[in-house]
Amino acid sequence: MLLVSVLLVGCENGHKFVKKTAFKDTDKMVLTFAGPVDESWASNVRNFSAYEEPDPDIVLTIKETTLSPDKTQVTLVFADPLNTGEAHIISATNILSEGQDLGAAVLTVKKLYIGVLMTIFIGAALINNFVFTKYLGLCVFFGTSQKRGTAVGMGVVFTIVMVFAAVMAWGLYQFVLKPYQLTFLNVVVFIGLVSLSVQGVDTILRKVNPMLFKAFGVYLVLVIANCIAIAVPLILADNEYSGWESFALALGAGLGFLIALFLMACVRERLELAQVPPSFRGLPIAFVTAGLFALAFLGFSGLSIY
Amino acid sequence: MSTTMKSNTQLFMDGILKENPIFKLALSMCPAVGISTSVMNGILLGTAVLFVQVFSSCTISLIRNYIHPKIRIPTYTLTIATWVTVIDLVLAAYVPAAYKAMGMFVRLIVAFAIITMRLEMFACREPLGKSFWDGLGMGLGFMFAMIVLGAVRELLGSGMLLGYDVLGFKPLLFFVLPSAGFFVVGLMMAFFNWIEVAYNRKKGV
Repeated sequence: MLLVSVLLVGCENGHKFVKKTAFKDTDKMVLTFAGPVDESWASNVRNFSAYEEPDPDIVLTIKETTLSPDKTQVTLVFADPLNTGEAHIISATNILSEGQDLGAAVLTVKKLYIGVLMTIFIGAALINNFVFTKYLGLCVFFGTSQKRGTAVGMGVVFTIVMVFAAVMAWGLYQFVLKPYQLTFLNVVVFIGLVSLSVQGVDTILRKVNPMLFKAFGVYLVLVIANCIAIAVPLILADNEYSGWESFALALGAGLGFLIALFLMACVRERLELAQVPPSFRGLPIAFVTAGLFALAFLGFSGLSIY
Repeated sequence: MSTTMKSNTQLFMDGILKENPIFKLALSMCPAVGISTSVMNGILLGTAVLFVQVFSSCTISLIRNYIHPKIRIPTYTLTIATWVTVIDLVLAAYVPAAYKAMGMFVRLIVAFAIITMRLEMFACREPLGKSFWDGLGMGLGFMFAMIVLGAVRELLGSGMLLGYDVLGFKPLLFFVLPSAGFFVVGLMMAFFNWIEVAYNRKKGV
């Protein structure tokens, strides 16, 4: 089976009898055929084999297959959850349709690229919010979440710098560090890059929009002290993200930070008026509030868009 | 040359108690919330921070007369980043399992405010010896706070210390959950405040 699937890759891509392939839930794939297929063929798990595109050696276990009532849709149920961010190759042997052998097919199953980008974006902003589920950037988070105005300013400036830095980090990592095998210098290069982007945004903003600079300039320095600013380049290097994916990650991280800051600032403005026990005043109560937010953000963990 | 009159012992003890990075200065809170689930994590990350703090302080102290004031912050950052890379590679090579448990936090030491702050406030004006003791005190203070947090969470959460079953039951499983980090740090800070307030009131009477 493995040999067949390996041999078929490259010489045949797709099959004219197969109309559509798609992921379903976390452990299923649906193959839609142009006409009815035979149940005896479809129900035999051994007629299908699947692997992730980068690892042809690791064959995924298919637990069972089911045929829809109109016999045009076969659902493959896998034993383990699939990594739906990766393209999968399915090979099907001798498709039988009404007794006719239509030959073997090698099919690619992958998500729409925009879907992948949306998953990364929403993932960074909500599901894996850097502040509430990864516990990063807390110094700046607690320092600038006292007033709503400050919170928004910090969030916006951070997002802008992050997007600049992440796209540059991606370019530097993919075209300089990786080809020359200098990936052990990641930390040194990325922290320098973040400082440079801060300086760059500072210079550009000062010239282009002095009003905006006057309002937001003070937050620029704080960006370097934020662990998220160095975490994002490290994550995109570890996961080998492409340019657009890096962009989506940085935008998501920035927006997630902005959301976290704004929510926290709203609560802390009200806490000012509340009767807090003396030993809890200031940071302790802010931490407890953040803990409640963290619990609330756990609710996003089940969110799946594509 | 030296601007402080404090003795080396005093510098060392200040870092651990009076100017404790986590409980007193409230800097570098990310690891205190994120990975303080066990004593072992505290010891390992504490060691890494101690190493980076001491070596960065010594490096900056040695070259302090050659740094142009305008580029001092980038110099600090790159010095820290270099030592972080060293400890990162060492830990990844010798304790791979524990390194994995700490995730990205070892590499994120580069963005910890406490180290840059010590370089800016202390190591850039003081001679090598004093900077060494200051760095050692600050690093040990961080390690101490991480171990205390880890011990509280491990003991109350799973009834264990350093992986050994101490209590035989689990008082509050909630404490080892990742999102409980915020609560634990908040409650600990409130607890220390409460002791301080009580102590001052007693002294006042």
